[in-house]
Amino acid sequence: MIPPPFDYHSPKTLPEALELLGRLGEDAKILSGGQSLLPLLKLRLAQPAHLVDIGRIPGLDYINEEGGFLRIGALVRESALESSALVRSKYPILVDTASVVADPLVRNLATVCGNLAHGDPANDHPATMLALGAEVVLTGAKGSRTVPVAEFFTGLFATALRPTEVLSEIRIPVPPAGSGGAYVKLERKVGDFATAGAAAFLVSKGGTIERAGIGLTNLGPTPVKARDAEKALAGKRATEDAFAEAGRLAAAAASPSADRRGSVEYKREMARVLTVRALRLAARRAEGR
Amino acid sequence: MAKHAIKLTVNGAPREASVESRLLLVHLLREGFRLTGTHIGCDTTHCGACTVLLDGVPVKSCTVLAVQADGREVRTVEGLEKDGKLDPIQEGFMQEHGLQCGYCTPGMMMTGRALLDRSPAPSEDEIRHAISGNLCRCTGYVNIVKAVQHAAGKREGA
Repeated sequence: MIPPPFDYHSPKTLPEALELLGRLGEDAKILSGGQSLLPLLKLRLAQPAHLVDIGRIPGLDYINEEGGFLRIGALVRESALESSALVRSKYPILVDTASVVADPLVRNLATVCGNLAHGDPANDHPATMLALGAEVVLTGAKGSRTVPVAEFFTGLFATALRPTEVLSEIRIPVPPAGSGGAYVKLERKVGDFATAGAAAFLVSKGGTIERAGIGLTNLGPTPVKARDAEKALAGKRATEDAFAEAGRLAAAAASPSADRRGSVEYKREMARVLTVRALRLAARRAEGR
Repeated sequence: MAKHAIKLTVNGAPREASVESRLLLVHLLREGFRLTGTHIGCDTTHCGACTVLLDGVPVKSCTVLAVQADGREVRTVEGLEKDGKLDPIQEGFMQEHGLQCGYCTPGMMMTGRALLDRSPAPSEDEIRHAISGNLCRCTGYVNIVKAVQHAAGKREGA
């Protein structure tokens, strides 16, 4: 399959990219890793007149901790996140997530920021970022604004990102002592989108959960933040009973559609099971086990 | 739609081409440069038959634009053999019967080569993980794993 014709631009700096996006507006799409965009073009699901390739802009592939946040730059590849020593030591939930995105070859090009910017509820990072309470930095020609991931996804393949902006950075609050997170994905085979997925993040003190974050993958038209389940866990001991109740509430928050991966009932049940599994693993990690 | 003049290195040799924006890297390699060892399988980023190394990293060349390879280094299956001598990964596939129909083989070998460049003595688990984006429909994964192990052993002994 051959993509429809388009003009290709490869700006060398972020301001140059933003100038192009400002000028081309809705006729342009940003090309980064291209692992979601190129398949869309081939299938004629998108036919932009211009592609602005941000892949040659230096300095956007950083992963560091600064100002109380883990910062992930626009050009960080999934493979880089997966193998980062910092991420492996302090953010196992991100390793869980990156290592199940598509397959290793796709991960060599696909970017973490692109996984959010694409707005696909079947992508894996949105659930994790919802659980972690992350923010995204949206940069336009006139400056940057910060949007909580919980407000970023506005509809199916729709986000708060304007056509004139670049999702330039993900900011994850540095996890406090006594916290732990995990992402669990059910997939038919390597490379498939999730039948269902659940991310959980727990902050505990003396065996009591201070706060919880839960995100769900491919269980609704947008990534799902299971707020009732989060609230129910706050102030509880990290017990099987508490996790079971959270699992039921997370399943109630899901609104999956039936497809070849399963029926609505099956997927909602998987939302429950996976939420419990993610909570168990997050609790083990929070306790340093 | 303007054409783009690109320069890249393919299997160690400098190459130039004038390409349309939408041309895929796999088509530049196969039709532009007549390097037909790189196969097109699913064309939807699933199967890995089109795997080449881009700056040493294995990628699916059906999901990369030719212009994105401008100024970069591409290695294809044709670049494995050196001066009439097969690469250890090619020896491995030959010795361990790592192929039947051969369609996935160029991609499997490029992924295997990249793995060995990064991790000269991989465990079976590492090998299986590395090739999880390359599909073999003759169900030859057992011998493919053996082929990569054979190549790793040869390299260690060398």
